[in-house]
Amino acid sequence: MAVFVVRRTLSLVIVLFAITVLTFLIFFATPGVDPSRQLAGRNPTPQTIAAVRHQFGLDRPLPVRYALMMKRLLISRDLVSYGNTALKVVPAIWEATPVTFSLVFGAAVIWVVFSILIGLLAVVFKETILDPLLMVLALIGISMPVFWLGEVANLVTEDRLHDTFLFHWVPPNGYTALTANPLQWFLHLIIPWLTLSVLYIGFYARVLRANLLDVANEDYVRTARAKGLSERQVLLRHMLRNSMITFVSLFGLDFGVLVGGGAILTEVVFGLPGVGKLTYDSLVSLDLPVIMATVIYGAFFITIANAVVDVLYARLDPRIRAA
Amino acid sequence: MPEQLLEVRNLKISFRTEDGVVRAVDGVSFTLARGEVLGIVGESGSGKSVTVMSVLRLINDPNAIFEGEVIYKGRDVMSLPEKQMREVRGGEIAMIFQDPMTSLNPVYRVGDQIIEAIVTHRGGSKAAARKHAVELLAQVGIPQPERRVDDFPHEFSGGMRQRAMIAMALANNPEILIADEPTTALDVTIQAQILELIDRLKDDFGSAVILISHDLGVVAGIADRIAVMYAGRVVESGATRELFYDPQHPYTWGLLGSIPRLDRPKQERLHSIKGMPPSLIRPPAGCVFRPRCPHAHERCLEEPTLAARTGAPGHLDRCWLDVPAKRALRDRSIRGDTAVA
Repeated sequence: MAVFVVRRTLSLVIVLFAITVLTFLIFFATPGVDPSRQLAGRNPTPQTIAAVRHQFGLDRPLPVRYALMMKRLLISRDLVSYGNTALKVVPAIWEATPVTFSLVFGAAVIWVVFSILIGLLAVVFKETILDPLLMVLALIGISMPVFWLGEVANLVTEDRLHDTFLFHWVPPNGYTALTANPLQWFLHLIIPWLTLSVLYIGFYARVLRANLLDVANEDYVRTARAKGLSERQVLLRHMLRNSMITFVSLFGLDFGVLVGGGAILTEVVFGLPGVGKLTYDSLVSLDLPVIMATVIYGAFFITIANAVVDVLYARLDPRIRAA
Repeated sequence: MPEQLLEVRNLKISFRTEDGVVRAVDGVSFTLARGEVLGIVGESGSGKSVTVMSVLRLINDPNAIFEGEVIYKGRDVMSLPEKQMREVRGGEIAMIFQDPMTSLNPVYRVGDQIIEAIVTHRGGSKAAARKHAVELLAQVGIPQPERRVDDFPHEFSGGMRQRAMIAMALANNPEILIADEPTTALDVTIQAQILELIDRLKDDFGSAVILISHDLGVVAGIADRIAVMYAGRVVESGATRELFYDPQHPYTWGLLGSIPRLDRPKQERLHSIKGMPPSLIRPPAGCVFRPRCPHAHERCLEEPTLAARTGAPGHLDRCWLDVPAKRALRDRSIRGDTAVA
C-alpha cells in the first residue's frame, strides 16, 4: 500500500509538472501570442506594452517566468488574475471547489444508481419490449447536449411551468452553500444534477447491459445456476460484480474530469460559480494565472480519481491485487 | 433390478437457428440406478452435454425446444416449478463442468463459493458451513484446507480447481453427480487423479454418477454402464464389459479402434473414423452413421431401432447387421483394417 501511494504521488507530480509546462508554453511561447498586449488595455502604445511587460515580469526568460508563476501559485499563493488584480487565484479556486463538488457528487450518485438499475432491468427483461425501449431512451439521453438540455430545463422550470404546482419550488439559478441552508442547497442543485446525469445514465446503462450480457455466457454463471441459486442471486452476486470493471474505470475518468472542472457547460448554464465556470471565464479572457490554476486543479483530481479507480479495481477483482 | 433414480425417456432437444432447426438430441433414453456410474461417450456435438444439461434444465436458450420426459424420483423434471427445480439443482443433482479454469467465479474466494452452495440448500450459519467447506476440501485432497479455503480461484491450479468444483458439487450429498468432461481440460496425470477421486467419493457420498467423456478410455475404468452417443442419438448402450468385449455398433468399433493400444503391433497411424459427423439440421435418412459406415447396406436407409440384439440383458444397439456378421467384421475393423467395405 505504501509503495502504491508513493508511486501514485510521484506520477501525480510528474503529470502536474508536464501539464503546467505545456499550458505555460501554449500561452507564452506560441508565436503571435503576447499576453502583455492583452494586459495593456485597448489600443496601447508600444511604451505601455513594454512597461506592462516589465511590470508583469514578461521580459524575463521563459524558465524563470515559469518558476516565478509556480512559486506565486503554490508557495506564496498570492498569484493574481491578469485581468482583475483584485482576484486572487488560489482563494478563487478554493471558493469554487465546494460548488463543483456539490454538483458532481450529487449527479454521480444519481447516475450510478439509475444506470445500474436500468442496465439490470434491460438484462432481466432481455426478451421483452422493455429492453430495446430502455436502450433507445438511453441513446436519447446520450444524444442530448447538456447545454441544450440545461437551457430547456431552465426554460421549463424557471419560466414556462414555473408558476404551476410542478416547478414553483425551483429557486432561481445560483448556488447556496450546504452549510448555509441544506434545503436551499438541495433545491438549487436538483435540476443541475438531473441535467448533468442524463448523459451518463444513458451511457453507463448501455455499457453495463453489454457487459452483463457478456458475463451471462461465462461458465461460472452456469455453475452458479447449477448450485441452485435463484436468478436474482445469480444476477446480483455473480454477474453484476464481474460486469463492473468497465463501469468503474469509466466512472473514475468521468468523475475525475467533472470534479476537475469538466462540468463547465452545466455550471455556466445554471449559473453555478464552480471551477468550471471559473475556467470558462478565464478562458474567455485568456487569463493565464487562473487557467494555470484550474489546469493544475483539474489534473490533480483526474490523477487522484485514477488512483482511486485502481484501488477499486483491486477490490472488485482479486486477480489484479497481486500486481 | 435396482431402483431407478433417473429415467430419461425419448428426450428431444432442438434449437431454432437461422439455418434451420438443429436437432441436437433426437430421442435419447437412458436410466440411472442408485449408486450406479453411467458413462456417456461421444464426439463433440453428439449431444451428450446438452442431454445432461437439460436434466438440470440449465439450458435457458429461448430458441431451444424440449420434448420427452426426465423422471427423477417419480417427478418429471421438465414440468417442475422453478422453485422446486432450484432445490434439485446443486441439492439432489449436482454438476461439475469441463473447464475448471472458468467454472469458478474469479472474484469470490473458493471457500465462499462452497459455503454459498451449502447455505443455499441447508441454511444454517456461515461459520458451520465454513467448517463443512474445509472438511470437503480436505476430502477432495486439497492440502492445508483451513488456509486454502480463503484462496481465490486464481491461486489454485487447474487440478485443484476441479477438486474444489467436486467439493462444491458434493457439498449437499447429492443423489446424482453429473460430471461433464471433468478431465478434458486437465493434464493427463491430473486426469487420472480426478477420476480416481470421483470413483472414491461416489461411494463415500452414496451418489450415482453420470460421467461424460469423448474418450472411452476415461470412462472404462469407473463406469458400470456406458451409452455411446452419435448425432444426438444413443447408438449403443450396455454394461461396460459388454460394450468393450462385444461392441455391436460400427461407430463403437470406430471409437475403440481409435484408442492407442500397447498390446497390439504398432500401426503406422492411429486409426480414425473417416468422414465428418452429419449435419443435425438435415440428418441423413435412415441410420445416422450410414454415410461414414463401411458396412452400410440397403436396409440402413431405414432407421434402426435401439434394441437388444445380442441377448445380453440391457445391451442395446442401433445396427441392422446380424450379430454373427457383426462379430466377424468387427474384429478386423477394430484392428484398423477398414478396407473391408
